[in-house]
Amino acid sequence: MSKLKKIVTDPLAENNPITWQILGVCSALAVTTKVSTALVMSLALTVVLCFSNVTISLMRNMIPNKIRMIVELCVIATLVILADQLLQAFVYDISKQLSVFVGLIITNCIVMGRAEAYALQNTPFKSLLDAIGNGLGYSVVLILVASFREILGSGTWFGFTILNSSWYIGNTLMLLPPGAFVIIGLIIWFQRTFVSKTLREED
Amino acid sequence: MNLINLAIESIFIQNILLSLFLGMCSYLAQSKKMESAKGLGLAVILVLTIATPLNWLIRKFLLAPGALSWIGLEQLDLSFLTFICFIAVIASLVQIVEMVVDRFFPVLYNSLGIFLPLITVNCAILGTSLFMVERQYTLVESTVYGTSSGVGWALAIMSLAAIRKKIRCSNVPEGLRGLGIAFIITGLMAIGFLCFSGISLGN
Repeated sequence: MSKLKKIVTDPLAENNPITWQILGVCSALAVTTKVSTALVMSLALTVVLCFSNVTISLMRNMIPNKIRMIVELCVIATLVILADQLLQAFVYDISKQLSVFVGLIITNCIVMGRAEAYALQNTPFKSLLDAIGNGLGYSVVLILVASFREILGSGTWFGFTILNSSWYIGNTLMLLPPGAFVIIGLIIWFQRTFVSKTLREED
Repeated sequence: MNLINLAIESIFIQNILLSLFLGMCSYLAQSKKMESAKGLGLAVILVLTIATPLNWLIRKFLLAPGALSWIGLEQLDLSFLTFICFIAVIASLVQIVEMVVDRFFPVLYNSLGIFLPLITVNCAILGTSLFMVERQYTLVESTVYGTSSGVGWALAIMSLAAIRKKIRCSNVPEGLRGLGIAFIITGLMAIGFLCFSGISLGN
């Protein structure tokens, strides 16, 4: 049991896909100017990740090794199309704000990476847990970055005023791209110093 | 004049990496050495220049609403297939480019070869094609847009590689080494690129 629990909790902090494995940062930053868009994006990614991991894990004994990339890509692309159509049907405004970034889940390395590294070797149930863990790990970072940017940038959180504009002047730099880069750099710094003690040698 | 403006805008102002965050994964992973940064940058320019107009043609004659009127199917709207078609085009294009370069330009192949397969999952390629659809460019515009996005991406990765070489001897705090400092440097680069905003050639 503890082993199964570890599959879910491990990617949340210690082995986080974004800050530790450098996967999926591409889309992580562009949608983080507001918490609401970040939330929808994380939901979309987590759902796609769960379904793709389960599907690929179910097919793992049938996929010929040579064409596995193409098969994975097809499964993921189909799921992303479904997610995109659903978003357009039910939350049209947010889907407009996310613009091309829902489509870019296809090339998000987390989805492909988990399919390749985990789902191809493990049972569907374990793959589902792994997908939930990694999806949540991605969501945590995304929402954290979005919270910082929205609170410091426009003084709101989920649209509610946190820092009143009578005394707080929004830092527009937070809403611009550089803010996202610096915040994620600082989060990585924090995570590597306090959460993951076993530092890997780099550079 | 319009085309030059578009090129300047997509190289400097709306840099595909520094302001749209596309292609971050390979950007971070391949920027440790100048040589590989240069190779990957060139490969991205090459693939983007071919892939963007090719996807434009496919969208125009196969996928857009009413695009199949040339075989008498005016009612058909296949635009929901956009993602899967684009990624298939990119994946097969990368394969063909790899084979052609290997056959006719062996010298180029030696420097680019190992980077070409990486490009399939580079979100900058798919992202450029999706932005081209969203912004409704013409064929000429999308060719210029593709090339100059590639140039912008190459510029960014080569600058980061140069800066990372410079800071190799600096005393960076331990948790910040590697990935963390790369993000913060990218943030500073993005601030630098912000000073290009608002430039446009009069017409």
